[in-house]
Amino acid sequence: MKKILIYGYGNPGRQDDALGVLLTTKMENWSKKHKLNIIQFDTNYQLNIEDALLISEYDMVIFADASIEEISHYTISRVIPNPKAEFSMHAISPEFVLYLCQKLYNKHPETYLLHLKGYEFEFLSQLTQKAKNNLEMAFGFLTDVLEQSIFPVDLIENYIQDKEELKIN
Amino acid sequence: MEQKLRIEPITRVEGHGKVTIHLDEDNNVIQSRLHIVEFRGFERFIQGRPYWEAPVLVQRLCGICPVSHHLASAKALDVIAGVGPNGLTPTGEKMRRLMHYGQIFQSHALHFFHLVSPDLLFGINARPEKRNVIEVANEFTELAVQGVMMRKFGQEIIRVTAGKKIHGTGAIPGGINKNLSLEERDLFIKGHGQMNVDKMIEWSKDALRLFKNYHKENRELVDNFAAFPSNHLSLVRKDGALDLYHGVLRAIDENGKKILYDIDYQHYLDYIGEEVKSWSYMKFPFLKSLGKKDGWYRVGPLARLNTCDFIPTPLAQKEFEEYKAYTDGKPNHKSMHMHWARLIETLHAAEVIKDLLYDSDLQGDELVAKGKKSYEGVGLIEAPRGTLFHHYRIDKNDLITMCNLIVSTTNNNEPMNRAVRQVADEMISGQRSIREGMLNAVEVAIRAYDPCLSCATHALGKMPLEISLFDRIGNLLDKKTN
Repeated sequence: MKKILIYGYGNPGRQDDALGVLLTTKMENWSKKHKLNIIQFDTNYQLNIEDALLISEYDMVIFADASIEEISHYTISRVIPNPKAEFSMHAISPEFVLYLCQKLYNKHPETYLLHLKGYEFEFLSQLTQKAKNNLEMAFGFLTDVLEQSIFPVDLIENYIQDKEELKIN
Repeated sequence: MEQKLRIEPITRVEGHGKVTIHLDEDNNVIQSRLHIVEFRGFERFIQGRPYWEAPVLVQRLCGICPVSHHLASAKALDVIAGVGPNGLTPTGEKMRRLMHYGQIFQSHALHFFHLVSPDLLFGINARPEKRNVIEVANEFTELAVQGVMMRKFGQEIIRVTAGKKIHGTGAIPGGINKNLSLEERDLFIKGHGQMNVDKMIEWSKDALRLFKNYHKENRELVDNFAAFPSNHLSLVRKDGALDLYHGVLRAIDENGKKILYDIDYQHYLDYIGEEVKSWSYMKFPFLKSLGKKDGWYRVGPLARLNTCDFIPTPLAQKEFEEYKAYTDGKPNHKSMHMHWARLIETLHAAEVIKDLLYDSDLQGDELVAKGKKSYEGVGLIEAPRGTLFHHYRIDKNDLITMCNLIVSTTNNNEPMNRAVRQVADEMISGQRSIREGMLNAVEVAIRAYDPCLSCATHALGKMPLEISLFDRIGNLLDKKTN
């Protein structure tokens, strides 16, 4: 049976930056309710090098993060390992984490990035209304996928193949 | 003609920062500046909030070193809670120390293994595609794995002491809210595989050996790169020992003469001022006794090993003696020796963690001390990057009315500017073109300080390196993005 990790990151004290963490919390509650033991959850402020070791222990990983990119509500895409992925001093990208995982541990988990559109990033704990809507939509999407298949890899891949990059407006 | 070279932002430095280097028509550097966008809004945001919320709220400031803010804030509120900095229960203080030294350990390990080691292993003049952590992973896989494990070890210490990874609640005014169970303790003593404290000590020693070997072969570079005299400031224990959690405030001048005589930091405002400059969002702290021009100082590992008299753990003390002997016991002003000092602190942190893990006070159940409330408190801590100040006042309704923070990177503002100028003068002046090696030299000088530029918001923190070259009237001559 495949082991799945859902990993949200961002700062919950900075308004919509909390989206990834909040989605993970919602998913964890949903998972408990449905007793889906194969799914594990984790959250942090940023991704960092030790996450390469963490994801090496799973067959499938879904990162969830707030985004300021020009996307509508949310997108999901396959993470392609990339050694040149931008990384600053104390945080690294999902692409880099995956690359490091492959390099150091020779493990190749199926990895996806669920980006949720955020709008405001002030010192507040509450999401903006638009971000709340995006959170609900992304939650609906992810639970749909997981409800339909205990091995959601093929399902997500089909979405991506069909639409190149899934965007739900 | 004057040209302006902008390096924006600095690669491998968190947050928003840019370097501007002004060149005249002969390509001589006539001015250099490090510009940092610092988020000062937090000090206003927290006004009106109940004081006991502060140790959690301050973690909104920074997703990089939230533990340092958490503890500095809690220390300030210990004073407000009437417990004072010395009145915690043994369990309370030791749990906080464990959390803090876990933070120091993981932060220093990350900085060395994954940011500095590429420069050391491949040389600062190596091609950018060579000089990065992926190449370390390719050619020195074991070293890269060690870096990951050391970082994870420190992060796990934080998790069990702070209660959780995000917005930890471990420290509260007057104490802590949990102790360390024997089961948690054994994770770190007997940790499966290599995840145990003895292995962390061994790897810390290996990292020091790596640095010292590099130093032996590159003495000229390591000793002279971005080296300049300065004052140094840090906390020290009352007996002069290195103490990263608590102590008195000491500053020395470039010759080692004490210019702050182990003062009680509750009175820091009598001794330290903050200057505002028109071209920077970040303040410039200075020692009032020396004035704005001469009163700037360095903080962080280099400063701490200059101000302290000894290190109270045996392996780190032995390394400290060798380190001090290198400069004949005089203050060390060599910026690249910051890495050496940081690795000695890494070893010290691992030793402290081990001592604490074997201390049964961590299983005590007296978690919080109580006292008579006051209305003002200051908390200082030696964060990985240097001295961190938190200062609060509250009203009779327990609401915060004033907050002043001086973060480590702010304390190092002037020194980082000096380092940039030093490198710019040496490597860029007189050149007709800007080579990658020169740009990286500027970054290496800044990176030595391990600055954290307070960009707590993950989604906003993504910026590529952009280099722009302007002429004297602002025309863009060149622009590069990595």
